[in-house]
Amino acid sequence: MNDPVIRVENLGKRYRIGTARERNRTFREAITDMFASPWRFMKSALRKTPAPNEESSDHIWALKNVSFEVNRGEVVGIIGRNGAGKSTLLKILSRITEPTEGRIVMRGRVGSLLEVGTGFHSELTGEENIYLSGTILGMRSSEISRKFDEIVAFAEMEKFINTPVKFYSSGMYMRLAFAVAAHLEPEILLIDEVLAVGDAQFQKKCLGKMDDVAKGGRTVLFVSHNMGVIESLCPRTLQFDEGTLVFQGATKSVINNYLVSHQVNNSLIVDLAARNTINDSSMEIRFHSIWTETLYGELVRQFEMEQPFFICFKYIAHKAIPNALIAVRIETLSGQIIIDSWDSDSLNAEEILPGYYSVRVKVDPQDLHPGHYQISLVAAVHLIRWIDRVDGALRIEITPVSSKQVWRAERNAILARVLKWERTHHDNIATEPSLSNM
Amino acid sequence: MTSESLQQIIIEPKGKLGGFQFRELWQYRELLRFLIVRDIKVRYKQTVLGGLWAILQPFMSMVVFTIFFGHLAKVPSDGLPYPIFVYTALLPWQFFSGGISSSGNSLVANSHLISKVYFPRMIIPAASLGAGCLDFLIAFMLLILMMFYYGIFPGVGILLFPFLMVLVAFASLGVGMILAALNVSYRDFRYVIPFLVQFWLFATPVIYPASMVPEQWRWLINLNPMAGLITGIRSSLLNLPISWTDIWISGTISLLLFVIGIFFFKKMERRFADII
Repeated sequence: MNDPVIRVENLGKRYRIGTARERNRTFREAITDMFASPWRFMKSALRKTPAPNEESSDHIWALKNVSFEVNRGEVVGIIGRNGAGKSTLLKILSRITEPTEGRIVMRGRVGSLLEVGTGFHSELTGEENIYLSGTILGMRSSEISRKFDEIVAFAEMEKFINTPVKFYSSGMYMRLAFAVAAHLEPEILLIDEVLAVGDAQFQKKCLGKMDDVAKGGRTVLFVSHNMGVIESLCPRTLQFDEGTLVFQGATKSVINNYLVSHQVNNSLIVDLAARNTINDSSMEIRFHSIWTETLYGELVRQFEMEQPFFICFKYIAHKAIPNALIAVRIETLSGQIIIDSWDSDSLNAEEILPGYYSVRVKVDPQDLHPGHYQISLVAAVHLIRWIDRVDGALRIEITPVSSKQVWRAERNAILARVLKWERTHHDNIATEPSLSNM
Repeated sequence: MTSESLQQIIIEPKGKLGGFQFRELWQYRELLRFLIVRDIKVRYKQTVLGGLWAILQPFMSMVVFTIFFGHLAKVPSDGLPYPIFVYTALLPWQFFSGGISSSGNSLVANSHLISKVYFPRMIIPAASLGAGCLDFLIAFMLLILMMFYYGIFPGVGILLFPFLMVLVAFASLGVGMILAALNVSYRDFRYVIPFLVQFWLFATPVIYPASMVPEQWRWLINLNPMAGLITGIRSSLLNLPISWTDIWISGTISLLLFVIGIFFFKKMERRFADII
């Protein structure tokens, strides 16, 4: 059983940042440097790697002292905050960039999916792109020919296979790109967040395919922010933080550890205006801020179980968008949606006109167990496209008020709802249920 | 399948400099083929004239050079009609200069690949050069027509022609790889390349015959590998006496450029993904 196909020993990767001292972006800087400080220029030109004692501020260790092993056929999740070093690790494993120190031994063909659509060219047709992208990802052309029909069918793309991909919708493009990637068959597969695309139905299909891959005995390293996906695909998980491997083990315990250590934004009103945009269209409608309050208008993040509260948010519409809808979602911290409510549920669905909007949604949380939840916001044109979307915009906590509720939370149920029970006592077993006579 | 049958990959800092792996390049030959096909297919997409551009470019240059240098400046042409004299040199020249420009810019143009997937990086400039071969072949058709028109035909010397073209390709790829690697760190080279190509054209006997250069300076001009090679190509195609010394000097320098290009490229290659 102990058959490591990936062995990573003391891996470290240092990047140079900031000053142009050693990393001259333009030739002119290199030339000026040469004249301004000839001695330093000579030294840096002669030296291949910086001296080990040069731990100056213009270096950053993206990875440091990372060691782990992965056995054959294991599917291992990798989680951690942005900048924790997950992507750097995958880049080193897939040989895109070299480590600064340490050593990796891998056995088998390595395939990496660091983005969807690697090598796609918009001028080429779907068919040409399948071959091009497949070859770039490491398939042989005979292998691609063999799987060609399967790839086209998986992407549901039979009609458009001879159309240049520049005429594809972004959804079609993603489907085709993923279909190619999903048919890679290396012994070791490295995957970075590629499931974050496509509509829900296609995501489901991709997950199914990933599951097949995982069960097919291949070794998979899988980076994701989606704890639900990690939990369903990977029995074991590694947690990274600031370039080091901080925790590893059974996925459930690693995820718990991660969620607890994850920093929460503690100001009561969360400013959403300064976010990075997900795409250009998110400027049409943009979420501005979000908070929660009690029925009496008190700003809080903690609510007692079964106590109703309001989710409030503001958004700005920059132009009129027909059929635009807004949704509020209450999710578990691992991203599982518990409540998904759209404005059309109780408002008249009408065109959103340009302007500023304030929204208040009343939540009756009788189904929510005590615990932590996150609230996500979505603006979308129904079934067509996302406009703006904030996952995990805000985190709330539902607290139990009685010990009974605490015990109930330990039950293995998704909903906290209690049902009404009735019971009578008899001396012997009655042939007919007689509760109705009570 | 036992684990022993699997190929083992060891990743360590600083892959050995001498690690020029022919075997790995060979394994990726299909990728080279697909990238060449991609570059060819994309090149003339959405143009009306398509592949005709491959003929039009050298043809228009020939017309302009014939008018200005052949007729107005009366540049000698070794007793040949000036149009065919200049066109035989323009063919390898445009292959060479086109190769320099496209392979010199190829890494930056394919940065999305370099930062997302591994393969021997050398394939990218090589594919850019390879895509230029088709243009060369198309333009060559016009030369054949011109040969019939002027009634000038090659002799045995033509046997030398393929070898000389291979040397031109080596020189082009050598220079292209150096420029491509420099372009990754210093985007200035994107602007340097057009000037380089222009100056190099005037330093090469394309629009004038090598015989115009005084005998005692011939060795100097032959340090430019294209000088000896282009004169040699012209001689082999138009049945002129072949100067072996010129070819030896230029050929050696071409190979040297190619080897230097490979070493320089390998040395820089490691940092591509980090700084592109």
